[in-house]
Amino acid sequence: MALLFNLTFLVYIVAAVFYVVYFINQKRDIRTMAHLIFVGGALLHTAALVARYLTDGHTPITNMHEAVSFFAWSMTWGFLIFRWRYKVKNFGTFVSILVVLLMVVSAVSSQEVIPLPPALRSNWLPIHASIALMADAFLAMGFCGGVMYLLQENEIKSRRFGIFYERLPSLEALDSLNHHCLTVGFPLLTLGIITGSIWARQAWGTYWQWDPKETWSLITWFIYAALLHFRFTLGWRRRRAAIISIIGFGSALFTLWGVSYLLGGLHSYVG
Amino acid sequence: MLADNLMIIGVNHKVAPVEIREKLAHTGDCENPVVALKKMSGCNEGCFLGTCNRVEVICAGDGSDELAMAVRHMLFARSNLSDSEALKYSYTYRGQEAILHLFQVAASLDSMIIGEPQILGQLKKAYREAVENKGVGTILNKFINKSFSVAKRVRTETNIGGNAVSISFAAVQLAKKIFGSLEYKRVMLVGAGEMAELAAEHLLSQGIEEVVVANRTLANAVKLARQFKGRAVSLDDLVAELKNIDILISSTGARGLVLRREEVKPVMRQRMNSPLFLIDIAVPRDLDPALNNLDNVYLYDIDNLTDVVEVNKSAREKEADRAGRIVQEEAVKFASWLESLAVTPTIIDLRNKIEAIRRAELERTMPRLSSLPRKQQQAVELMMTSMVNKILHHPTLFLKADKGSCVQQERINLVREMFDL
Repeated sequence: MALLFNLTFLVYIVAAVFYVVYFINQKRDIRTMAHLIFVGGALLHTAALVARYLTDGHTPITNMHEAVSFFAWSMTWGFLIFRWRYKVKNFGTFVSILVVLLMVVSAVSSQEVIPLPPALRSNWLPIHASIALMADAFLAMGFCGGVMYLLQENEIKSRRFGIFYERLPSLEALDSLNHHCLTVGFPLLTLGIITGSIWARQAWGTYWQWDPKETWSLITWFIYAALLHFRFTLGWRRRRAAIISIIGFGSALFTLWGVSYLLGGLHSYVG
Repeated sequence: MLADNLMIIGVNHKVAPVEIREKLAHTGDCENPVVALKKMSGCNEGCFLGTCNRVEVICAGDGSDELAMAVRHMLFARSNLSDSEALKYSYTYRGQEAILHLFQVAASLDSMIIGEPQILGQLKKAYREAVENKGVGTILNKFINKSFSVAKRVRTETNIGGNAVSISFAAVQLAKKIFGSLEYKRVMLVGAGEMAELAAEHLLSQGIEEVVVANRTLANAVKLARQFKGRAVSLDDLVAELKNIDILISSTGARGLVLRREEVKPVMRQRMNSPLFLIDIAVPRDLDPALNNLDNVYLYDIDNLTDVVEVNKSAREKEADRAGRIVQEEAVKFASWLESLAVTPTIIDLRNKIEAIRRAELERTMPRLSSLPRKQQQAVELMMTSMVNKILHHPTLFLKADKGSCVQQERINLVREMFDL
C-alpha cells in the first residue's frame, strides 16, 4: 500500500513537472503527456485507496494521511471530470501543483493503520468524511481559479505583461471557473455539515455542540454562502470573488488541519 | 518657379482644438468645397480633404496671399473667426513645403496615431471627389497621385503601418482577455478619430453587439453611428450610458478630462462590478488616470497598448524616421520634376526662335538655288535642320541640367536673355 501510495505520489510529481514545462513552453504534445500522466496518477491513486480500504477494513479517511490523500484524490478526479466538461487553459498546472502539495502533507503524516475508535464505527463515517473532503477538493479548485484570476488581473491592471498574460485564460473564464467550483463545492460543504450533524446526533446525542471543527466549518460555510449570495445581489464577482474564495479555502484548510492540531476538540482523533 | 504655385492650407489636430475643427468647411456643405475653390481667382486646380482630425485644401494657382485668404475664408466660414484668428489656427505651405506636407499626410506621418491606414483612403476619396468636380488638372493630378505612391512606398519599405494596426489589435486582444468572448458586449466611442474608428471596426468584427457614439455635436455622432449601425448619444449622457457599455474608446480633442474617477465609481456599483475596459487614445488624455484604481476598471492609453504589442518606442521612432527620409527624398524628386516643367516653355521658345530663323533664311535663299537639282536642294535643307539641332543641343542640356553651377531659374534667365526670348 505504501508502495502504491509512493508510486502515485511520484507519478503526480512527474505530471506536475510536465504541466509546468507545458506552462512555460506551451507545446501541445507536452500537455497531452502531462494529462495522460495525470490520469495515470489518478488511476494509481484509486488503486492505492482501494488497497488501503482492504487492509484497513474501513474507508481510509480516518487519519491525516488518509484524509489528505483522499482530498488529493477527490481533487484530481474533480479536475479530470471538470476538464471533460469544459477546459480552462493551464488550469492543470495549478491543480497538479496543489495536488502534489497535498500529497506531500499526506506523505509526511503518519501512515500507520490504527484501529478505528468506537465513535467512528458508523456508516456515517465514509459518507460524512468523503463528502466533506470532496467539498474541500472543489473549494481547492476554486482557490486555484482565484489565484489564477489574481495573477492574470494583476498583469492586466498593472499593464505589465509577464508570464501569465498570454498563458492564463480570460478574466471572465477564470471568474466563471471560480463560480462553477463553488456551485459544486458549496452544496457538498453544506451536505458535509448536515451529514456530520446527523452523525453527531447518533454518536453523541446532539446535532451541534460547537466543537472547534464544527465552528470552523460553519465559518467556512458562511464565507462561501456570503460569496454566493452577494454574487447575485451585489455583484460580488471577479476580483472580490477570487479573494473570498482564497480566504474561504484558507478557512477550509484550517478546519481540516489547524483545528486538529491547534484547537483539539471532538474531531481531534483525525490526525 | 512652378512649385511655388502649389499651396496647402489646412487645419489639423496639432494646430486647432476640436471646438474649432468642428466648425470647419466640410465635403457635405451645400456648395462642394472643390467647386468653391475653382471659383476663386488665381486658383487653377483644387482638392479638398476633410477627416475627423484634419481639413486640407490643396491648390495649384498663383500662390498669392489673396488666394490664401480666400481659402481661409471658405474654411472658417462657419466659425465666425476673423482672418487673423483663422491664420493662427491653420497652416499654409507653399512649394517644397507643400509637397513635403502632403506626402507626410498621405504616408500617415502627420496623423494622430502615426501609421494609421485610413488617411490614405480618405485622401483617395478626396481626390476622386475633386476629379468629379473637375478640380484637378495636370499639376494636382501628378502631385496627388505621387503622394499615393509615396505612401505606398513608405508602407512597403517601413513597418510604420504595423504600429496602428497592432495597437487596435492589441486592444481587441486585451478586451478578449478581460471579457472572454466579445459577443453581446457594447462599445462606446467618445469623440471621433481615425484610430477610434479602426479599433471599433476591429471590435465589430469580433461580434460586438452594439456601438454607441457620443460626441460634442450630436450631428457628428449620428453620422458616425450610422457608419457602425449604432446609436448616437450626446456627450452629456456619457456617464448615464456607462452602465450599458463594456468598452469605451475615447479620442476627443478636449483640453481637460472627459471622465473622472468620482463619476465612474458609483456606476460600477450599478453595473454589479461587471468590468469596464477603457481605452484612451486622446492627446491630451480624456480619462482620469485614477480610474485604473477602481476595481474591475481597466484603463489603457496608447502607450500602454503599444507596450502590449511590445513594439518599443525607439523601434517605432526608427520606423518613423525611415519613413520621414523616404518622404523627404520623394518630395525633393517631385520638386525637381516640377522645376523641369518650368524649363519646358523656355526650351520651346528657344526652339521656336531658332526654327523661325532657319525658315526665314531658307525662304530667302531657296529661290536663288532653284537651278540646283531637287536632290541637292533637299541636302541643303537637311544640313540646316541638323545645324539647328546641333546648336540647340547644348543650351537645352544646360537648361535641364541638375548639377549646373547656378540655380535653374538663373539659367533660364540667362538663356532667355542670351537669345532674347
